[in-house]
Amino acid sequence: MATHTHAAAVAGLPQTMRRPGGILDVVQDWVTTVDHKKIGLMYIGYALIFLVVAGCEALLMRIQLAVPNNQFISPQAFNRLFTMHGTTMVFFVGMPILFGFGNYLIPLMIGARDMAFPRLNAFSFWVSAFGGVLLYFSYFAGSGLYGAGTAPDVGWFAYAPLTERVFSPGHSTDYWTLSILLSGIGSIGTALNIVATTLTMRCKGMKLSRMPLLVWLYLVTSCMVFVVVSPLTAAQIMLVIDRYLGGHFFDTQAGGSAVLWMHFFWIFGHPEVYILVLPAFAFANEIIPVFSRKAIFGYPAMVAATVGIGFISMGVWAHHMFTVGMGPDANAFFTFSTMVVAVPTGIKIFNWLATIWGGNIQFATPMMFSLGFLFQFLIAGLTGVMLAASPFDWQLGNSYFVVAHFHYVLVGAILFMIFAAFYYWYPKITGRMMSETLGKWHFWLFVIGFHMTFDFMHIPGLLGMPRRIYTYEADRGWGGWNMIVSIGALVQTVATLIFVYNLVRSYKKGEVAGPDPWDAWTLEWSTSSPPPSYNYAELPTVGSRRPLWDLKHPDDPDSNFE
Amino acid sequence: MELGMNPMRFERSLGHGMHLDAIAHGAAGSWHRVPEAMGLMVGPIGTNIFAPKGTPAESILGLSVLVLSICTGIFLVVGGLLLYSVIRFRSRPGSDNSEPPQIYGSNQVELSWTVIPILIIVVLFLASARVIFITQKTEKPANALDVVVIGHQFWWEYRYPKLGIVTANELHVPMSDPRHPTPTYLTMSSADTDHSFWVPELAGKMDLIPNKVNTMWIDPERAGLYLGQCAQYCGVQHAKMLIRVYADTPQEFSAWVADQQRVALQSPDAAEGRNVFLRNACANCHTISGTNAKGIFGPDLSHVASRATIASGAVPNTPQNLRAFINNPADFKPGVLMPAMHLNEHDLDAVAQYLSTLK
Repeated sequence: MATHTHAAAVAGLPQTMRRPGGILDVVQDWVTTVDHKKIGLMYIGYALIFLVVAGCEALLMRIQLAVPNNQFISPQAFNRLFTMHGTTMVFFVGMPILFGFGNYLIPLMIGARDMAFPRLNAFSFWVSAFGGVLLYFSYFAGSGLYGAGTAPDVGWFAYAPLTERVFSPGHSTDYWTLSILLSGIGSIGTALNIVATTLTMRCKGMKLSRMPLLVWLYLVTSCMVFVVVSPLTAAQIMLVIDRYLGGHFFDTQAGGSAVLWMHFFWIFGHPEVYILVLPAFAFANEIIPVFSRKAIFGYPAMVAATVGIGFISMGVWAHHMFTVGMGPDANAFFTFSTMVVAVPTGIKIFNWLATIWGGNIQFATPMMFSLGFLFQFLIAGLTGVMLAASPFDWQLGNSYFVVAHFHYVLVGAILFMIFAAFYYWYPKITGRMMSETLGKWHFWLFVIGFHMTFDFMHIPGLLGMPRRIYTYEADRGWGGWNMIVSIGALVQTVATLIFVYNLVRSYKKGEVAGPDPWDAWTLEWSTSSPPPSYNYAELPTVGSRRPLWDLKHPDDPDSNFE
Repeated sequence: MELGMNPMRFERSLGHGMHLDAIAHGAAGSWHRVPEAMGLMVGPIGTNIFAPKGTPAESILGLSVLVLSICTGIFLVVGGLLLYSVIRFRSRPGSDNSEPPQIYGSNQVELSWTVIPILIIVVLFLASARVIFITQKTEKPANALDVVVIGHQFWWEYRYPKLGIVTANELHVPMSDPRHPTPTYLTMSSADTDHSFWVPELAGKMDLIPNKVNTMWIDPERAGLYLGQCAQYCGVQHAKMLIRVYADTPQEFSAWVADQQRVALQSPDAAEGRNVFLRNACANCHTISGTNAKGIFGPDLSHVASRATIASGAVPNTPQNLRAFINNPADFKPGVLMPAMHLNEHDLDAVAQYLSTLK
């Protein structure tokens, strides 16, 4: 019956598209798939496209800021660029790429055949994907009937009352609101799926205490998504009510509160940083041990620290609001709670160090990126401690120092680990290795570009340069630093192009990988590369945290040490 | 001097005089002209958080130095360990490829790197709390000057309630001799969107939020000009919402107050320009004391000629710039809320000349 309808539907199409295995079949296969691996890959591909788009936006901004009083881009266009760059990177690059890897890896790593709810999985992906399309559709439709604005220009945290209709006429802000609402629904769907999958689909013998750390971290991240995406969604609905139904939640001209929006946004916005960084930690937890040839140091402490970060991160949001006049008591409280996050985070860094200590470090590209991550995350954490001291933040909040700090986290830590994850799991996904030579070029160029951009970006902040300005005065002494920052951005672009080339080229020409090219220890390396659609012909049984170690070292299995 | 600064002050802030020259070459005339002044020019830096000139900024710097040194110490130790272990434990060619000993953890070691960070954090927190409370919980001295600061898209309104002065964009405060402090207390709010008042050499920033009143205080130790700008994204021209704080000597400040308290000069020579101003929409948004112009949407212009800049610090206040700005403000600040006035050449000359007399 189904075949019959299909044949009828394609009857009018050219021969090449009609034949079985033609392009139409391929498209239909991907659009209707509920396979966690295909959905994961679609998440990743979709995020990569937006990474390129938002990267170009960053590049345009860096050209504009390279010299003072530059007129390359108009102020209106610049304000749209930083709004779109931030929104895209957080909601349509960071979240989907991490969910993509999670989707692909979690069932494989716990020895399952798919996620708990495959249809919900597909639904979540398509809803999120539609959100991203909606955001960019604003470039064409944002003017609406009023002819005002195109893309949103309110900044990625969209402070009220700038988002009210008085200050943001037209529909650009509505596109922003609705796209984030949709992406939030997708995120909650996927988070629910991950939690259900980890709790119910683990293979025989895999107790929670034997789960790979990656899966643990995704579990914690997903639980955080439940808690924090809800207030964001609520705030978006309140904003829509304000804009179209005469509500006054944030409408200060009618007695609403601008600070209320900040609380709603940051109770989402700060934990969101951890939602993005925990998956990056998750990759590090898998990659660093394999290339140090040692088990992870302090597994229980790593789990405890993750859960600790999850809880503490819910109580630090107002450190984004040290300058809104909360008063000294609240400032002191949030200074303390924010600094406390450094403790579990420190435990993680020390445990990774201890994992490397005494190891036999292999400098393959995934490990290079992981070491870069360790070094840069250390610095990002320390500038974070500085900003947590609220008086320091009174000076440097909303300055380029903050911009440098959070890019150190988002690029120096998260993006570095995403690159590491690509090099590490590409052979599993495609069956072929990525080129090590190109990988090394990518790594070193990216490290140079990254440090040129984000090390030097701290300095104009210390010299008083606020963020989100489309240009600046010539006499402030910011010009030279900004020029270096912009050149660094170009170097990063070149490095990223090498990476993309490597991705494409290795798909056909890469060395054949085999099931276990890194001599690794977790379950995904026990099946073929790429894995069959059912993952495992026979569901595995595990006896320790590193089932493949046990297989390879029957004389000295991990299970002896549990 | 053409900028309306007195010689003494001009000399003291010579560096900033250079700044105005740079702007005069760069931005005067038209926004579209490519400026000669490039960023690599070594100019005076008036916004360095490491060069505090007032108590709040100094106490923040003290804390920052402590935090920076502790963080640098941690960085050197942990970064050094990382570097050492990467070199020491690298895989060497020729070594047998047997797996190293597997170590799964150690409770003692892990306890130590939990407790030590906690101790460091307690120290950092106590030091921060001290600065929070001495800055935000001080009693206002009786001799403090009160100024109300209101943020607008994209300019600053300053009101001196006890002195009966209303002005814009250039804040005048008395310098504060540390032996006899005369701080200025700013009471802040916003007329539209969020803004933030940041003059790095004087104090940390404080946001101006509609429907909310915030306070902060400054006490510049030396007379002179201090620069800053809006630090909370507030709309299209957020970038050109600049701040200029003049710290005056007691004599200068009294003279300035006396000048500002006078009703705006109505020079007979400028009667024509005044008529143009009052006949056109100018009067709907701007106030000029002693006339029927009582608008409050834009800056008070009663003494506009006494200011060194227009357009919230973005453009030097010269007769030519003033004229060009009135003709089309968006040439200087695209997105500014003041519309192009479409005056004919004659009226433009007259109104610019009139405004230039409002010392």
